[in-house]
Amino acid sequence: MASELKHRSEIPLTLPSMTWLIVFFLVPTIFVIAMAFRSADPYGGIGNEWTLQTIKDLGNPNYPSIIWRTIWLSVVSTVLCIITAIPAAYYISKLQKKAQDIVLLLIIVPFWTNFLIRIFAWKVFLHPEGAVKQILDLLHITSPDSLLLYRPEAVLIVLVYTHLPFALLPIYAAAEKFDFSLMEAAFDLGAGKIQAFMRIFIPGIKQGLLTAIIIVFIPALGSYVIPDIVGGPTGEMIGNKIAQRTFVDRNLPHASALSAILTLAVILPVAIALTRSFFKEKNSASIGI
Amino acid sequence: MNDFLIFDSISKSFGNHKVLDNVSLSVKKGEIFSLLGPSGCGKTTLLRICAGFEEPDSGRIILNGQDITKLSPNKRVVNTVFQNYALFPNLTVFENIAFGLRVSGTNDKTVKTEVYKYLELIQLTDHAHKKPQKLSGGQKQRVAIARALINKPQVLLLDEPLAALDLKLRQRMLVDLDNIHDEVGTTFLYVTHDQSEAMSLSDNIAVLNEGVVEQVGTPTEIYEAPRTSFVAAFIGDTNFFEGIVTEVNEPYSMLSIDYFTDVLVYNDKKIKKGDRVYLSIRPEKFTVSINKPKLSEKYNIVKGKVEEIIYLGYHTKYWVRVNESLVEAKRLHDTFMLDEKMITWGEEVWLSWHADYCYMLEQYKLEDEALLTLPDEDVMAAVETAENEEDES
Repeated sequence: MASELKHRSEIPLTLPSMTWLIVFFLVPTIFVIAMAFRSADPYGGIGNEWTLQTIKDLGNPNYPSIIWRTIWLSVVSTVLCIITAIPAAYYISKLQKKAQDIVLLLIIVPFWTNFLIRIFAWKVFLHPEGAVKQILDLLHITSPDSLLLYRPEAVLIVLVYTHLPFALLPIYAAAEKFDFSLMEAAFDLGAGKIQAFMRIFIPGIKQGLLTAIIIVFIPALGSYVIPDIVGGPTGEMIGNKIAQRTFVDRNLPHASALSAILTLAVILPVAIALTRSFFKEKNSASIGI
Repeated sequence: MNDFLIFDSISKSFGNHKVLDNVSLSVKKGEIFSLLGPSGCGKTTLLRICAGFEEPDSGRIILNGQDITKLSPNKRVVNTVFQNYALFPNLTVFENIAFGLRVSGTNDKTVKTEVYKYLELIQLTDHAHKKPQKLSGGQKQRVAIARALINKPQVLLLDEPLAALDLKLRQRMLVDLDNIHDEVGTTFLYVTHDQSEAMSLSDNIAVLNEGVVEQVGTPTEIYEAPRTSFVAAFIGDTNFFEGIVTEVNEPYSMLSIDYFTDVLVYNDKKIKKGDRVYLSIRPEKFTVSINKPKLSEKYNIVKGKVEEIIYLGYHTKYWVRVNESLVEAKRLHDTFMLDEKMITWGEEVWLSWHADYCYMLEQYKLEDEALLTLPDEDVMAAVETAENEEDES
């Protein structure tokens, strides 16, 4: 009875965000998916008849390797971001409040430079005639005919660089709320530093970690600008293919089909996780007290 | 000899603030030893030094003959019950208690039998698989105790363990704590600011003030024979008097007290004629009566006028003006004594007390008088503090 009342009062409160999501997310997504089943007209528009031709075209032998690259780049960059962000967040949250504010400001400062300019800076930085490459050549760490730029590793570095603050902020927010007396309790009970960290700190910031993973992994999957500027032909990701289909081939249904796959790939795991936790909560609610 | 845990000249400063100043204490095996003092007296810092969370600037801690001053917290055979419990929110009650065994790599079967043994001790077997946030305050407290005890510490450190609980629960937990102590026999080092907790639970109490040990003794010693004015005023209520010795006899001597009267006192200190001494007389040692009582010459009897009465249920507090001094007296109710019903504001009464109840202090500081409860001009304020004290006891 009480929970029903609570549910009813939640409806008006969620209405604005619900409307927003429906108008700007659900409807466009349905349009994109629907467009994948339309024929393309020769002038870059969309034909009138329904067809499965576009879906069949997705069997293009180029795609598996690009999809595979997109996935591994996204996964590895997410893992690197999280691994770097956890100890950083731990130490930042243990600083004095004033020092914390300064460090946070330093993390946010790069955002005041345009995203594109920062990516171009990386292009200059890694360029074959750039200082870094010249020094590495002189030190015989790299050979003069190798490349730093235009390869998947360059994309990976820049992906990590761009997304690290987005991983750090939610993890920091969780760490800042973490009760560090729990760490003392763990030490007191005989746990070493690493044991206390793994058994108490990591579970304690779980929510921040999940947010960080989602916030890094999803944009990484859909990256377009970064591989376009520093990736070259061997560093292409699915985002570049979608752009090519749209702007070069002028084949909107094909671009839609690729986008739809990307969108579903992102939504499905999240949806599964959400429904599972929803049922888990329901179960524990019916068991508990 | 049987000094089990020794604090040897511990000093500790935070910045310019000296929190502990050359503190030396020794705790016997198996006893409940309390560190009692107002907030900021350094008692929690001393506990944290013992647990290994703080390092003393100088001094040593010796546990069971071993110097543990430099040992890290996870290597010490002491465990702590934290003030806010510090239960791990991501683990169930069972896993919270099992934590110490898990990190030491104990096998599952032993963990299970041990945890259930301690769950039984704290009577929470039915709640084993709940998360801590589903428990009540008292239950959380018991889990924290079991979690600390399962490691079989040589000393269990308790940091104001009952501070977060309400009055009734605190009283119940005191009994529970005492029972648990009887059962496990572990040495308890108990930090509290609540004198009644310390009095009812401890074998020995160390009273701390501003980083200095004021007195160490059994609850009775501390209450009946306070060494300093701080101890006398912090533990229970008292009256202070400043007097000059006029006559030295065995076993009773005579003092002259300005603004009060001449008082016969019991000699337990070395005094000579002309010495300035300070007395502490507990309010309940006075007998308040309307008619002059007939008593032996070992009693002091003086006449005064009632200025303030505070009724507190099982007893009443009177402030009686004797010459220029205001004396606090306490009296238990006895409905058969019609006498007491007639005592009212402005009435003349007799105060009488035995010479044995005048206790001479070794050390007196004027600022400790601030700890005494006096009837304020605003009576309600006095009533309020008196009622708070009531809650404490």
